[in-house]
Amino acid sequence: MSNNKTYWKGLPELKNDATVIKNASNEFGDAPEDNGHSRRDFLKMMGFSVAAVSLAACEAPIRKAIPYVNKPADVDPGIPNYYASTYINGGDYCSIVVKTREGRPIKVEGNILSKVTQGGTSAQVEASVLSLYDNSRLRAPYIAGAKAKWETVDAQIIEKLGAAKEVRIVSNTLLSPSTKAAIDAFKAKYSSTQHIQYDPSSSYGIWKANQQSFGTGFIPSYDFSKAMTIVSVAADFLGTWVAPIIFTKQYGVNRTVSVAKPEMSRHYQFESILSLTGANADYRTPIKPSQEGLIVAQLYNLIAAKAGQAALSASIDQVANLEDAANELWENRGKSVVVAGSNDPAVQVIVNAINNMLGNYGSTIDTSKPMNFRQGNDEAMDAFIADVEGGKVDAIIFYNSNPVYDHPKGAKLAAALKNVSLSISTASTEDETSALCGFKAPDHHYLESWNDFEPVKGSYSISQPSISKIFSTRQVQESLMLWAGQENVEYFSFVKQNWTNWFHASSGNGMDQQSFWDKCLYDGVLDVTGQSVPVTFNSDVAAAGSWIATNYKATGTDFEVVIYEPCGVGTGAMANNPLLQELPDPITKAVWDHYVTISVKDATDKGIDMKHEEFAEGRTQIMTIKVNDQTVNIPALVQPGQAQGTLGIALGYGRTKVGKVGMGMDGNGIGVNAFALVGSLNNALNYSATTGITVEKTTDIFRLAQTQIHHTSMNRPNVIQEETLTAFKERDKSKGPYNPKVTKWDEKLDASALSMWKGHTYNDHHWGMAIDMNSCTGCGACVVACNVENNVAIVGKDEVIRRREMHWLRIDRYYSSDAQAGDYAGLEKASENPQVIFQPMLCQHCNNAPCETVCPVAATTHSTEGLNQMTYNRCIGTRYCANNCPYKVRRFNWFKYHDNQQFLQSNPSMNTDLGRMVLNPDVTVRSRGVMEKCSFCAQRIQLGKLNAKKERRPVKEGEINTACAAACTTGAIVFGDMNNPASAISKLLEITKDEHGAAPTDKKAGNPRAYRVLEDIGVKPNIYYLNKIRNTKAAKPA
Amino acid sequence: MQASSSVREYLVTGGKTVGDVSEDICRQVEGKPTTLWIVSFAISAVVLAFGFYCGCYLLWNGVGVWGLNKTVGWAWDITNFVWWVGIGHAGTLISAILLLFRQRWRMSINRAAEAMTIFAVICAASFPLMHMGRLWLGFYWCLPLPNTWGSLWVNFNSPLLWDVFAISTYFSVSLVFWYIGLIPDFAVIRDRAVRMGNKTRAWIYNSLSFGWDGGAKTWMRYESVALILAGLSTPLVLSVHTIVSMDFATSVIPGWHTTIFPPYFVSGAIFSGFAMVLTLLLVTRKTFKLEDYITIYHIELMNIVIIVTGSIVGIAYITEFFIAWYGQVPAEQYAFLNRMGGPYWWAYWCMMTCNVVSPQLFWFKKIRTSLSATFVLSIIVNIGMWFERFVIIVTSLHRDYLPSSWSMFHPTIFDIGEYLFTFGFFFCAFLLFAKFFPVINMAEVKSIIKATSEKKH
Repeated sequence: MSNNKTYWKGLPELKNDATVIKNASNEFGDAPEDNGHSRRDFLKMMGFSVAAVSLAACEAPIRKAIPYVNKPADVDPGIPNYYASTYINGGDYCSIVVKTREGRPIKVEGNILSKVTQGGTSAQVEASVLSLYDNSRLRAPYIAGAKAKWETVDAQIIEKLGAAKEVRIVSNTLLSPSTKAAIDAFKAKYSSTQHIQYDPSSSYGIWKANQQSFGTGFIPSYDFSKAMTIVSVAADFLGTWVAPIIFTKQYGVNRTVSVAKPEMSRHYQFESILSLTGANADYRTPIKPSQEGLIVAQLYNLIAAKAGQAALSASIDQVANLEDAANELWENRGKSVVVAGSNDPAVQVIVNAINNMLGNYGSTIDTSKPMNFRQGNDEAMDAFIADVEGGKVDAIIFYNSNPVYDHPKGAKLAAALKNVSLSISTASTEDETSALCGFKAPDHHYLESWNDFEPVKGSYSISQPSISKIFSTRQVQESLMLWAGQENVEYFSFVKQNWTNWFHASSGNGMDQQSFWDKCLYDGVLDVTGQSVPVTFNSDVAAAGSWIATNYKATGTDFEVVIYEPCGVGTGAMANNPLLQELPDPITKAVWDHYVTISVKDATDKGIDMKHEEFAEGRTQIMTIKVNDQTVNIPALVQPGQAQGTLGIALGYGRTKVGKVGMGMDGNGIGVNAFALVGSLNNALNYSATTGITVEKTTDIFRLAQTQIHHTSMNRPNVIQEETLTAFKERDKSKGPYNPKVTKWDEKLDASALSMWKGHTYNDHHWGMAIDMNSCTGCGACVVACNVENNVAIVGKDEVIRRREMHWLRIDRYYSSDAQAGDYAGLEKASENPQVIFQPMLCQHCNNAPCETVCPVAATTHSTEGLNQMTYNRCIGTRYCANNCPYKVRRFNWFKYHDNQQFLQSNPSMNTDLGRMVLNPDVTVRSRGVMEKCSFCAQRIQLGKLNAKKERRPVKEGEINTACAAACTTGAIVFGDMNNPASAISKLLEITKDEHGAAPTDKKAGNPRAYRVLEDIGVKPNIYYLNKIRNTKAAKPA
Repeated sequence: MQASSSVREYLVTGGKTVGDVSEDICRQVEGKPTTLWIVSFAISAVVLAFGFYCGCYLLWNGVGVWGLNKTVGWAWDITNFVWWVGIGHAGTLISAILLLFRQRWRMSINRAAEAMTIFAVICAASFPLMHMGRLWLGFYWCLPLPNTWGSLWVNFNSPLLWDVFAISTYFSVSLVFWYIGLIPDFAVIRDRAVRMGNKTRAWIYNSLSFGWDGGAKTWMRYESVALILAGLSTPLVLSVHTIVSMDFATSVIPGWHTTIFPPYFVSGAIFSGFAMVLTLLLVTRKTFKLEDYITIYHIELMNIVIIVTGSIVGIAYITEFFIAWYGQVPAEQYAFLNRMGGPYWWAYWCMMTCNVVSPQLFWFKKIRTSLSATFVLSIIVNIGMWFERFVIIVTSLHRDYLPSSWSMFHPTIFDIGEYLFTFGFFFCAFLLFAKFFPVINMAEVKSIIKATSEKKH
């Protein structure tokens, strides 16, 4: 046997079975039946399924972050660009600088090159940037409520205009010469066109009185900075009257007091409601609106007696402070000004006569450079509405106006509008008027527009778009010119051409046309010296006097109603702006609400009971007020300083066709429309009602949201420091107004001399702030500026009632009290006619910050430049820091305010795609559960330092400024480096090293007005306040 | 000279023998739960479930569901925290300090008191956790853990951090002390289970007792450990509430910024803790028929502790007022006047009545030996002590330095819910403890049976 054994695998193989032979070469035996899928297929399919399932499970967000193919030369990501432009809303004006980031306007600030507004702003100006991203903006033209194309709209409008016999253009005051030129072009085509101007808050009385006094109708320029005595009869010139930004700027000049300039103006105010202006006055007398005319007449009589002129037939006795006012006006002849808020031409004629007797024309009042604000003509508007009702008008274009809402005869207009064959609204959002118009041809927002303005004769400014149009809107001027049959209309070229034609020759200074235009655009403003036509006063004062004698009454027991424009939402055009809705009213500190202000005594008589205790936050009662044939139901707000027997109702509420914000939390609108209550007197709108009024309290409960519910300072000297001007002049200037001592076991020391802490070393910068409580008018522009700059969440009415507003900067408003120190219950009650003090309050950036020591995770720390920093990422939200903050300026994110439908109504800028465009990309949007607070605009400090570093130079003084300081019209807030002896703040405060300080880096302010709030507790804030100085004779005037 | 002392009351009545002790205490562990127990547990569980819902709602939506605001950043949360921590103190005092002082009367109450401590500390700890804006980060960022963020460390200056250390130490020591004490008693239950032939129970309790063998050496070690732990716990009785009080004392807020807080808080804690022990024991004693072990004499002694601590608390209140006047700091003066006459006057007077006036009734022997009076007063004391913390926290915060920020605090259903959550937890835990663990320290009670048990008649 050989050794080649054969092992067979089984019997079949041994037997050489047929199947064995068949499969002999097939090592792996029978393959499984081929069903068309290989293992490879299986793996492929599994791979696909797994990938598909996991992909389907992931949300694949569409992010359109498309880089520029060719980067525009002047747009660098992360670097802001600034454009000079002009804010315009109705007839309100402000020259501004717009900050854009990556092509989005995110902030507006005052333009300091403007001779008109001089860098001032207001809350509305600061808030207006959010209106650009308003979700209620119309995104296309509409015909009869349906979206349409511009071509269709134009064709139909042109056809209808061609058939129209009477065409009207209705607008608020127009300041724009080019727009007027465009309207002229339109008029040239449609010769029946009349342009009617009206103002929701009319000053027609002044215009008409000047027509009577000087022969031409105008609103003169006032200069409060030249006035040492200011008498205002119900004119809220710091808040809403004619041109408040300009007046605030001027007013601030003579309200600042220092050792070098120890004089200030004295301001008398006679008014019914406690207005912002009244709150700033040295002497304030509550009066009834029916007395306004008589008080002006009596003031005339008192001054006429001194000037040796005849008295008027109208007079009134025993008006507190009136005689003093007259005496001082007479003493300060030519350095004084008398203004009145009344819209009665007769009253304004007498005001003119008083100013004429005092020689104020030519000094504090300039007739040669009239203001172009408030040119609205009440009579023309009345005639227009009568024409529409009479069916005489068949085409109306509404531009920059909403008369159905904001004119007293709006309801009549609304009814008559249905019969007008062509009605065009150019409003950029849906409003009460546009809802009734057949055509909506939406205008650009002002930040998308080209335009020019002439706010004051000879002073021009330009508006340039800082963003390309967001929606399919078109400038009204282009529309008008298109409808007038012009072709290839481009408003930009039109404005440019106009400016070249008008100004290049006279103001070009030898520049070529393009350079001149570029300069105008860069500056945003242009001042042209023009010819002034002298006017002389010549008016029938006696006739005005007898009109007043018959139409006003000295005494009356009936309730009278004052209808006023509030500082926040104004006349209602910006009602959909949450920044303004949540801006506390400077006086009442109410937000999101409409209310009637009632005096303390009347409230007691009527049984109004405002409570904030025992589960009754913000509770008040609704009142039913009948004014002639109109009835309104409105909650009461008890207001110290309100004249007895008067009620104050704000305009600007009761919008019915407005975006989500303006419709309030419940979506039913906020308040009532007070324009319906506005009457007519002497052919001008009358913002008060003095007869036919009944007032009843209902038992219905209403909850008012206020950001401050305790109104007096409780006589705490460590919070509020004030003195009279005389006291200031006489006292020892080597000390501040408030020098608290702390007691060691054996001696009394300055509060700053004793500390447990070694202090911080500030080698480079030491940021600080000075706030002058005298020049602060309390307007609230800084609050809005802060909100916009720092992406502060707007939390809505309910959360404010829960006392959770997020404002980093607030303005504390305190009323004086009649009670003596120690009478705590009495100190809680404000005087009937209180003195008011405003104290902007923000993080004090304490050197010994109590918040820093208590945070368990060191989320709030001290910087090497004196800032108290907040690290949101590290914060775990124990709120210990907020509890331990003596100033209560820390704000906690109780909820997620962004990307949360719960806050959609109040906070669209963090909850909608459009709104989010306004957010400042340099500032984090804070998440739920973290603490936040004022950072001294750390992002701006950082930017300034980086710019300096790139250029290898030290930071320049004035290069870095906080948003609040930049917004402050009067310059009450000064920010800067206290380590730099040349800085404005160091000079203002006279900063020196504190020799007695506990820490080597402690500083001392030598300014005799400077003090630090709560100095006695030793937290050593980096914010100094300059005390309030009242130009009164006694500390507490009767 | 001849020293004489009155004959002390018996600590155990009814002529119990050592065997009786085992029988009486183990009875409810071995028996079926009573209807009363089931009903109580069901109620507690419902309360716990509601509280749990409130807690989840809070975590889902944010701390804003509570009634807090920009001025009052803490209210019920920290009030409840301090209140629960305070309650816990009695347990430690009884088990540690009284052990060191050789107070034998503590023996029949220390077990339940220590259990109460542990559950109370858990309840207390839930509030600092829930009150955080970002609990999911805060629970570990508060610990000094090494991390990858460079030099980022906790802030050792912060009293809140001291709290973290104080509470966690306190909890660990109390838990260990309590458990060590339970070991011999678990062994008794195990032995009885073996005798009864209940193998499951024998296995469970054998595991719980770590195989306790009852040898003399084991007992020696056991007693050494107990003594060491008592030594460790003793300073904790003083330190924990001292540190809790520093949350307030180190701040600048008038009404908080006061150096009297540490002793004042400690005595307040013992005060409320004894009241809570009484509330619980009076119920347990009745339910489990332990009248012979927890006698009127025990109750009387505890009531005397309540008079003493209550009076210390009362003196502290008056001292605060005196110092506010004497210190001449206007803000502080106002803070105290505001407590008495401000919007929260009712809370203040509620506190004064419950804490200062009501315990003085225990001067009357009739009252301090009356079960019903003690029960009612023990609850009143705890209401008062809750209001004390509320007054300190809320009335100080709601009107501090700047009147512009003054505001009110109103609780919401979620504030109440979170409080109920801890009650639900506490009673569920205590009922489970009472059912499955020996509520009286059998080993210790047996050691005194000969010396101080009433003889059988």
